[in-house]
Amino acid sequence: MSSGEKYVAAAYGVVLLTLLVYVAIIAAKLARLERETAELAELARRREAKQPADG
Amino acid sequence: MRYAADVATLARKDLQLELRARDTLPAMLLFVVSTLVVFHFALPAGADELAAQGLLWLALVFTALLGLARSWAPERESAALDGLVLAPCDRSAIWLAKAASTFVFLAAIALVALPAFAALFAPVTWETVAGVVLANVGICAVGTLLAAMAAASRTRELVLPLLFLPLAIPLVVGGVGASVSEEPGRFLAFLGLYDGVFAILCWASFEYVVSE
Amino acid sequence: MPALALGAAALMGLAVVFAFFVAPQDADQGISQRIFYFHVPIALTAYACFGWGALKALLLLWRKDERYDLESYVAIHQGTIFGALTLATGSIWAKASWGHWWLWSENQLVLFLVLFLFYSAYFMLRFSIEEGPRRANISAVYALFGVVLIPVSFLAIRLAENVIHPTVFTREGPQMTGTMFLAFCVAWVGITTLAYTLYRVELSGKRLDSNLRDLREALGG
Repeated sequence: MSSGEKYVAAAYGVVLLTLLVYVAIIAAKLARLERETAELAELARRREAKQPADG
Repeated sequence: MRYAADVATLARKDLQLELRARDTLPAMLLFVVSTLVVFHFALPAGADELAAQGLLWLALVFTALLGLARSWAPERESAALDGLVLAPCDRSAIWLAKAASTFVFLAAIALVALPAFAALFAPVTWETVAGVVLANVGICAVGTLLAAMAAASRTRELVLPLLFLPLAIPLVVGGVGASVSEEPGRFLAFLGLYDGVFAILCWASFEYVVSE
Repeated sequence: MPALALGAAALMGLAVVFAFFVAPQDADQGISQRIFYFHVPIALTAYACFGWGALKALLLLWRKDERYDLESYVAIHQGTIFGALTLATGSIWAKASWGHWWLWSENQLVLFLVLFLFYSAYFMLRFSIEEGPRRANISAVYALFGVVLIPVSFLAIRLAENVIHPTVFTREGPQMTGTMFLAFCVAWVGITTLAYTLYRVELSGKRLDSNLRDLREALGG
C-alpha cells in the first residue's frame, strides 16, 4: 500500500470505527433497557398476584 | 422611558454595591497587572513587540472572565434574582443594566492595563484603544448572559470560562487585528458587527435564561 | 425507522462504491483526494445537525413544548459526533496532502475546532443544571448562540488568516468532473440519511428511557 492509500484507509476506518462504537453504545443501552423492563414486569406481576381483584 | 430609568436604577445599584464592598474591582486590577508581569517572564528574550500585543488581549480577556464570574454573585448570595425577575420591569433591562455596570468595571481595568502595558512592553496605538472599547462591549454583552447561565448551574465558576472562551475567539481576532494590522478599520468594523449581532441576541434571549 | 436504516445502509454502501470505483483518480492529489467524498459530506451534515438543533431550540422557546428540548439536545449531540469525525478525517487528509496533521490555514478545520469546543461546553453546561424547564431554556439559548457563532467565527478566521497566520498552503477549489460531483452527491445523501437515522434511534432510545422512568414511578418500584 502506498502512503496515500494508507491515509485514505485510515480516514474511512475512523468513520467506520465511530459507527461501530455507536452501535456498541446503543447495544449496551438496549441491554440495560431490557433488564429494566424485565424488573418492572416482575414488579407488576407480583403486585397482581398480591391483589388480584384490583386488576 | 420607563425602560431607560429601570436600567439606570439597576446599574447604579450594582456600582454602588461595588463601591461599598470593594469586592471585585481591586482584585481585577491587581490580576491584570500581575498577568502583565507574568507575561514579561513568559516571553523569551528577543520576542518582538507583536507577540506582546497578543498577550495584552489575553490579559484583558482573562481579567474580564474573573470579573464576569463574580458579576451575578450579589444577586445569587441574597437570592435577589428571583425577586428581580418578578419585579414589574422588562427582564432584558436586568441584563442591560448588568452589562452596563460590567462595562464600567472593564473600562476601569483598561484605564490601568493600557498605560501599564505601554510602560512595560510597547506603545499603545489609538487603534488598540478603539479595539479595547469595542471588544469590551462584546465581552459585557455575551459575558453577562453566559454568567447568568453559569450561575444557574452547579459548577458555576468552573463552567463559565468553557462557555465564554469559544465565543471570545472572534473578539480576540478583532482586537489583535486592530492592534497589529496595517488596515485596522476592517477589524474594528468586525468588532462592531460582533457587538451588534450578539447584543441583539442576548437582549432578546435573556428573559429565557432567568425565567422558567 | 427500519426502512430508514435500510436506506441509510444502502446509500452508504453505494457511496463507498462511487467514491472508490466510479469516481476517477484526481490528477493532482492522487488517491488521498478520495477522503473528500466522506469528509465534506460529514462536515455539511454536522452543520445541518447544529442548525436542526437550533431550530428545535427556537421552537422550544416559542411554543414551550418540552419535547423540543430532547430533540434539540439529540441533534446537537449528533452534530458534535459528526464534528469530531470532520476533525479526524480532515486532519488525516491534511497529513496525506501536505505532511502536517494540523494546518491553521485550513479555515474549515479551524472553524470546526472552535465549534467543537463551543458544543463541548454545551454538554458541560447542560449536565450541571438540574433537570427542568430552566435547563431546557438555557440549553436552547446556548444552542441559538451556536448558529450565530458559526458565521461570525468563519468571518473571524478569514480575517485572522491575513494578519495573524499568513497562508502558506492553498487548496484550489475542487475542480470536479461530472462523475466526481455525482459521487460527492451520493455520499452527501447517504451520510445525511445516516445522520437522520441515528437521530431517530437516539431520540426513541431517550424517550423509551423517560417512559420507563415514569412507569417505574407509577408502579412505585
